Amino acid sequence: MEKRLILRGILAGAAGGLLAFLFARIFAEPLIGRAMDYESGRDAAQAALDKAAGLAPEAADPDLFSRTVQADVGIGVGMVFFGMAMGALFAVVYAICLGRVGGLGARNLAMLVALGGFLGFYLVPFVKYPANPPSIGHPDTIRDRGNLYLVMVACSILLLVLAVWLGKRLKERLGKWNATLLAALGYAVVIGVVMAVLPSLGELSANVREFGHHATETPLPLTDSHGRIVYPGFPADTLFSFRFYSVAAQLVLWGVLGLVFAPMAERLLARRAATGGDGAAVRARVEPAAGA
Amino acid sequence: MSSLSAPGATPAATPLVLPAAKAALLLAGTAVVALAVYYFIGVDQGAYSVFGNDMHVHEFVHDARHFLGFPCH
Repeated sequence: MEKRLILRGILAGAAGGLLAFLFARIFAEPLIGRAMDYESGRDAAQAALDKAAGLAPEAADPDLFSRTVQADVGIGVGMVFFGMAMGALFAVVYAICLGRVGGLGARNLAMLVALGGFLGFYLVPFVKYPANPPSIGHPDTIRDRGNLYLVMVACSILLLVLAVWLGKRLKERLGKWNATLLAALGYAVVIGVVMAVLPSLGELSANVREFGHHATETPLPLTDSHGRIVYPGFPADTLFSFRFYSVAAQLVLWGVLGLVFAPMAERLLARRAATGGDGAAVRARVEPAAGA
Repeated sequence: MSSLSAPGATPAATPLVLPAAKAALLLAGTAVVALAVYYFIGVDQGAYSVFGNDMHVHEFVHDARHFLGFPCH
């Protein structure tokens, strides 16, 4: 039973990842290309400034894969496998939740678990540390940024689980509606405190030392020794669109995952409920009827 | 198709509880593998690296990593 649920979860996740990839290929790749053009233009301007100041230019990173491979294959593999991993975790949570979270139907539970995954794994961490296109993010701070992002993901998931548990506890005393509202409020307050305590990326010590106090690592205009702007800051519209499409792609991924999984799970559970056994017994009973 | 859905005409309002203790190993194993995939797509060869100084995984899934919201570079 669990194995069947997990296989269906992986399948639904792959479908979600595939659609999110198609979405990304159409909407995100042009933006990623623009961000990379910005980065190479900025590097060239920086190199010119360094040369004028008599400094040695920085060595560029070698390209292990061409842009075509990254933009057509790499992003597809990444998103489909991400979808499958999320689908597997989704199915694990779904199997644990079955029958333990009140009178939810099989399909409604699927959509709620998908909503939880979208919030816990992506949207809540995004509020504190949003997705960034290439050219935003200093190589020196990758370890801090990686750790902070994972802390944010872990906190949002853990607190979401606690909120569900709290809501269940409060349900008997306060009723479903009030218990749900109170648990959601508690989640918002505690995750808000976590976000307030964690540092902004621009305030990491390596960044403050080099650039002064800023909220983010988004590149500011590049200036020469006289303070004249020689290269603009990162284009705001490109940044907004990239983040907007990033949220949309995750909505597609989790939405498709839930919508594909829901009917499959319902059929599986209905079959099992009808016989009280596993699916194999049902198939034996059903197949003669299909022939008739 | 119709014959398959026939037994499910009256789906249980509350799905049955699975014996999670019996399936704990399968569920935990699945979760570990899924988290490993999450790690390799999102984190490896960035903040941490299992293959030392190599950057092939990072560069291959580079665009996905940015777009899925992970920190990069």
